[in-house]
Amino acid sequence: MNVFQQLQMYLAMPFVQYALIVGTLIALCSSLLGVTLVLKRFSFIGDGLSHVAFGAMAIAGVLRLTNEMLFVLPVTVLCAVLLLRTGQNAKIKGDAAIAMISVGALAIGYMLLNLFPTSSNVSSDVCTSLFGSTSILTLTQLEVWLCIGLSVAVVVIFLLFYNKIFAVTFDEDFARAAGVKAEAYNLLIAVVVAVIIVLAMNLVGSLLISALIIFPAVSAMRLFRSFKGVTVCSAILSVSCALIGMLVSILGSTPVGSTIVAVDIAAFLVFSLLARLGVNRRKA
Amino acid sequence: MPQLTIENLSLGYEGQVILSDVNFSVSAGDYLCIVGENGSGKSTLMKTILGLQKQIDGSITFGDGLSANEIGYLPQQTAAQKDFPATVWEIVLSGCQARAGLRPFYSRAEKQLAKENMEKMGITQFAGRCYRALSGGQQQRVLLARALCATRKILLLDEPVSGLDPKVTQEMYQLIEELNHKEHVTIIMISHDISAAVRYASHILHVGHEMFFGPTAEYIRSAAARRFLGTEGGEDA
Repeated sequence: MNVFQQLQMYLAMPFVQYALIVGTLIALCSSLLGVTLVLKRFSFIGDGLSHVAFGAMAIAGVLRLTNEMLFVLPVTVLCAVLLLRTGQNAKIKGDAAIAMISVGALAIGYMLLNLFPTSSNVSSDVCTSLFGSTSILTLTQLEVWLCIGLSVAVVVIFLLFYNKIFAVTFDEDFARAAGVKAEAYNLLIAVVVAVIIVLAMNLVGSLLISALIIFPAVSAMRLFRSFKGVTVCSAILSVSCALIGMLVSILGSTPVGSTIVAVDIAAFLVFSLLARLGVNRRKA
Repeated sequence: MPQLTIENLSLGYEGQVILSDVNFSVSAGDYLCIVGENGSGKSTLMKTILGLQKQIDGSITFGDGLSANEIGYLPQQTAAQKDFPATVWEIVLSGCQARAGLRPFYSRAEKQLAKENMEKMGITQFAGRCYRALSGGQQQRVLLARALCATRKILLLDEPVSGLDPKVTQEMYQLIEELNHKEHVTIIMISHDISAAVRYASHILHVGHEMFFGPTAEYIRSAAARRFLGTEGGEDA
């Protein structure tokens, strides 16, 4: 059986189809706000939230909730709002608060998983939550629909608020001075990021989420000079990397999350090299 | 009726007062320069007027048909903007954001306004260029065009010429003066450059230990100016 026949066989299976659909949507969503997070110096909030999501997942497991996402989502959104608040009031204190919340959530989550094991193999459970090894292939139909619904919502919100997100990302002070409700849009950004993180947890696990958000944006920034160009490029890049990563992982039976991130890293290196070679000097 | 009246204003960070008893008013068409030593609270004063920071005490009143969201602001550049991927067009257009309100996209009229302001600032040819690839003077023109999209009435400029070479600085001052004279835009500008301040401004606000507010001619004769300008400035007057 050659590679194509093998691929065809896998692609005929419904759970693989679900995984590809959900994976593509998640990759699309996570790349959209990457540019804003990187440029607003918010990358650390994304990282902190992913740890919170892990802790929430552990609690959901202990409570034996059938649909973990319905618990993890509100908790993560709430933390996003809280983190943004502290981050705004005082820079240094905000930093420490984020570190405390994120590491704390990680520690408590791991402890809970050990104290109240839901299966006989705790370390494999933890591994799955952290690195998302197989969860994308075991999604229930409800989870798939939830993922699709939330992804569509994220994309629609992003498109409707694109100009506003640009304005508050480029210069928040100016926007506020001119009467734009920057706080409200910051809040919106934080909530959307929280949703994206919970979604992406299914795909790459909580430790690798930041990579999915940041790599495509930073790669695109190497080559493109307009906000629109960077956004479109990072969306296309993220989706292609996720698809390639998922197919490679299916064929080579490698872990899905880390394979996708490895493809993202490779793309980043290629883009950096192209930038070095002067592809982006066209308009300079 | 003045466009902006500041009465007994106290300002500072987290309850710590850095400047108190600030009193001044600005009428349509005025050109006010805010001068004072480094760290005397000039930028904080401007941010307080803009509502970016809460005042500790006193009042800020807008009048003469000016509302708080009709202000154009030219902030000092932030570190994030230095490597921000955005074209000149995207940035100038973003000045219309407050006009657009909740509408997701810019209207034709707003795009036209952005185009006109780019023409006024002489940056039309840079529309598709990346902001970070422009020179300092060109970047300031872009931010000025953006500020003009947000207002036709009043501009607040926080050290618009810092980091520019003498020739570009001169051009920038002329551009601002033109806006003030031809377009009747009220100017409030923070400046380190005291000689340019007394040359262009109609009014001076001196902040610090000694406060002064009044027409430029009066300022040159004042005690605050004599100390700040050195004996040379005082005797000239």
